[in-house]
Amino acid sequence: MNASRIDAETAIVIEVVAPGAQTSVQDLGRHGWRHIGVGGAGALDPASASLANRLVGNPANAAVLEIAMTGPTLAFAQPVRIALCGAAAQARFEARDGAVVDVPGGRPVALPAGRLRIGALRDGVRAWLAMSGGIDTPPVLGSRSTDLRGGFGGLDGRALRAGDRLPLGAHDQIDAIAAHAPAWWVSLDAGIARDAPIRFVPAVEAANRLRERAWRVEARSDRQGMRLQADGDGETCAAGLPEQVSAAVAPGTVQWPPDGRPIVLLADAQTVGGYPRLGHVIAADLPRLAQCRAGDALRFQAVDSAAAAEAWRRRRAEIARLEWAIDRALAARPRD
Amino acid sequence: MNPTPTFEALADDAWLVHLGNATDPTCNPRVHALAARIRGASPAWLRDLTPAYASLAVYFDDMRVDPETVRDWLEAQALDDAESTTTLRASRTIEIPVRYGGAFGEDVDAAAAQLGLTVDTLIARHAAPLYTVAMIGFAPGFPYLSGLDPALALPRLATPRTHVPAGSVGIGGAQTGVYPRESPGGWRLIGRTPLRLFDPLRATPSLLAPGDRVRFVAIDDHAFAAMSAGA
Repeated sequence: MNASRIDAETAIVIEVVAPGAQTSVQDLGRHGWRHIGVGGAGALDPASASLANRLVGNPANAAVLEIAMTGPTLAFAQPVRIALCGAAAQARFEARDGAVVDVPGGRPVALPAGRLRIGALRDGVRAWLAMSGGIDTPPVLGSRSTDLRGGFGGLDGRALRAGDRLPLGAHDQIDAIAAHAPAWWVSLDAGIARDAPIRFVPAVEAANRLRERAWRVEARSDRQGMRLQADGDGETCAAGLPEQVSAAVAPGTVQWPPDGRPIVLLADAQTVGGYPRLGHVIAADLPRLAQCRAGDALRFQAVDSAAAAEAWRRRRAEIARLEWAIDRALAARPRD
Repeated sequence: MNPTPTFEALADDAWLVHLGNATDPTCNPRVHALAARIRGASPAWLRDLTPAYASLAVYFDDMRVDPETVRDWLEAQALDDAESTTTLRASRTIEIPVRYGGAFGEDVDAAAAQLGLTVDTLIARHAAPLYTVAMIGFAPGFPYLSGLDPALALPRLATPRTHVPAGSVGIGGAQTGVYPRESPGGWRLIGRTPLRLFDPLRATPSLLAPGDRVRFVAIDDHAFAAMSAGA
């Protein structure tokens, strides 16, 4: 089929009919500005965002929508190819003729003009929606990620609202008369038990306190940090660690504030902090924290840096295997 | 003789290099000197640096390099410390105009009373030193300035304000700083600058960089209004 190109001037604009609980524009994050207090932001699970992009033919760093808890309803006047990765989503597409179909995740789905309604997420609380061409809001400091605390990047530095319009970048023309999707799909993290402990590299002796008990995710958790409290009788641990002179903190840093309730920092973390640092959650396990909902139980397991590197190598190998599978499946598929 | 730096794994892709004790006045200059040396060398794997009072975080691209290689390289850089203080002499001095007191610094009267000073003396002693940007953090462009006259140290508010106006100049403990944008905050507010400390769309997003020298200059309402209009 003739694959003509849709350029930026005539590109599709997505209309946000309903924003969802907290939907934000994210790419793989902002680098090079931590010295002036600008953190990374970016998708809480970069691999899921990249895979969604790969499924629709975008570069890995194209901007996607990060969906939390409940997804948005989006309207488009022209066909678009989408892919949803991360937590399972209840997603439906309503074509202009009124036909309604379920939209499956983990694969490219070509949609004609109509409305995509993404409902509640299951088996997790975050998903990433890639659309052909990527969301083409202007990059700020080298990234399209939304810095929610700084109020810049993405769409005006904030989560989506009803009535927002999202431009898509240049992409191949999609001739979809009805929604269609391949029978195959990809799934990252399928083999990880939900109750497997979160692995961390301790920085101080006091980090033992982290693995001595079960923790529960507090409702106040957000993209900046996951707040935990001791499971069970609600007794708080005596902290006993003195405030430290402020130093850098990173996504994954486990802070130990005076109230004895640990905070695991995530992608929107501030760049420096004064609370004692117990250690850091390994990169391979950070995406699992992005899927925890308030009330979930968590356990921690101490590992060394070598184990962290090995877990990361395994995850990268798994991602590479999925990328290879996607490319092979896409090459075999007739273009729509 | 400077203490040997120690290394903490801040993340799988970042080292936190501890250069010594924050109470040692030579420590923060050595942090900025090391940061400048690393930036100058510009290794291909370098992603980010976060200098603070007594430590420097170094973020690397773990697709390009392994952590041990970075650590070995940093150890060599950190030990090669001889010219560190001379390097820093090249730092810039930036003047920040401040309308002190009144509606622009609503805590100034209470702060002066608490310190046993007149408001004029408090202002004069705040505007006297040449400060150093020890680090930037809390929010984009928020400078933590060292060099505050110890007689001006004030505890933070027991309950932070939910809205501190952009440009507010405050004292928190033994530090002073400027709020780049409206935000919550617990520092005592003594004045406000019409300058924009942070604008992500500007060629130089942050007015200040770590290691910069800063002097506050008292201005009146007229100058504040004129500079706000031009900002």
